[in-house]
Amino acid sequence: MSGSLYPYHLEPAKVRAEFFRLLPISLFVMAFGAAYGLAAVQTGLAPLEATLMSTLVFAGASQFAALGMWGQEVALLPLIAVVFAINSRHLLMGASLYPMLRELSPARRYSILLVLSDANWAVAAQDYQSGRHNLEVILGGGIALWLSWVGGTLLGVYFGGLLQDPQSLGLDMVLGCFLLAMALGGKKSPRVLVAWCVAGATALLAYRWLPAHTHVVVGALAGGAVGFFWLEKAPS
Amino acid sequence: MTVETTAFGITLIVVVMALVTLATRLGGALLMSFVPISPRVEGFINAMASSVLIAILTPLAVEGDLGARLALASTALLMLLFRKPLPAISAGIAVAALTRYLV
Repeated sequence: MSGSLYPYHLEPAKVRAEFFRLLPISLFVMAFGAAYGLAAVQTGLAPLEATLMSTLVFAGASQFAALGMWGQEVALLPLIAVVFAINSRHLLMGASLYPMLRELSPARRYSILLVLSDANWAVAAQDYQSGRHNLEVILGGGIALWLSWVGGTLLGVYFGGLLQDPQSLGLDMVLGCFLLAMALGGKKSPRVLVAWCVAGATALLAYRWLPAHTHVVVGALAGGAVGFFWLEKAPS
Repeated sequence: MTVETTAFGITLIVVVMALVTLATRLGGALLMSFVPISPRVEGFINAMASSVLIAILTPLAVEGDLGARLALASTALLMLLFRKPLPAISAGIAVAALTRYLV
C-alpha cells in the first residue's frame, strides 16, 4: 500500500553523488560563511553564538540582515518580519517541488526540506524542467551546503581577518552567478520568457516601491500567474 | 518587544530566527498538500519556479555596481555559449573581483 502511495525512494548512491556534485559551489558558500562569521564576531556575537545561528538558521541573507539590526537590544517583531520576508522564497521553492515531494512519505518529505536552500533547489528545479526527478540533490546537496555554511562560519569566527572584504573577491556574486547559470541552463519557451519578463519587471518595481525584501515573492508570483493563465498546449 | 543581547537573549533570538526560517522551508510543501494539482496549478508552479530566480537576479543586475553587472553578464554569456555551469560561475566571480580591483 504505502509503496504505491509514495513511489519515490531516495537512492543512497544518488544522494552521495549529489553531495559531491554540489561540493564545488559549497566551497564558495564556505567562503561566504566565513564572511558571515567575521561580520558576526565584529557585531559582538560570541563565536559559539555565531556558529549556533548558522547551524540552526542556515539562511545567509537573513543572518546578515539580523546582524544589521543588532545592538544592545534587538527588536524581536521587526526581526521576525525581516527574516520571514527574506526567507519567504523558501515557501515558493518548497511549493514548486511539491509535485515530486508528494511522492515521498511525509516524514521524508519534511525531513529533506530541513536543508532546502537556494542552490540545491535551483538544481532540483532545473532537473525537473528537463524531466528528471531529483530530490536526492535536495538532501545530498543540502548537506554539502549546510556543512560548508557551518564550517565556513567557524573559519570566519577564528580566522576571519583573511576575509575583511568579501566583495573585493567577488564573493557576494557567488549565489547570483550560480542562480543565473541554473536559470539559463533550463528549458526556454515563449511562455517561460514571458513569465521571466513579467517576473523581472514586477520584482524591480517591488524592489523600488514596496517594503524591503518583498521583491522576490512579488516577482515570482507574478511570473507564476503567466503560467496559470497561459497553459502549455498538448500536455504529455 | 525587545530582547537584550545577553547570552540568553542571543540564544532566544537564534531560536526564533530558526523557527521562522523552518516555517518557510516546510510551509510551501505543507500548503500545497491542501491544493489539488490541476493543469493550471501545475502551470503556475512551473512558471513560478524559474521566476523565483529571475526575481532574485533582476534587482541584482539593475541596481548592482559595475562589478556585479559584468559578473552576471560574463556568466550569462559563457552559459549560453558552452552550457557548463562551473566555468561560467567561476568566470563571473573572477570578473567581479577584477572589475572592483581595477575601478
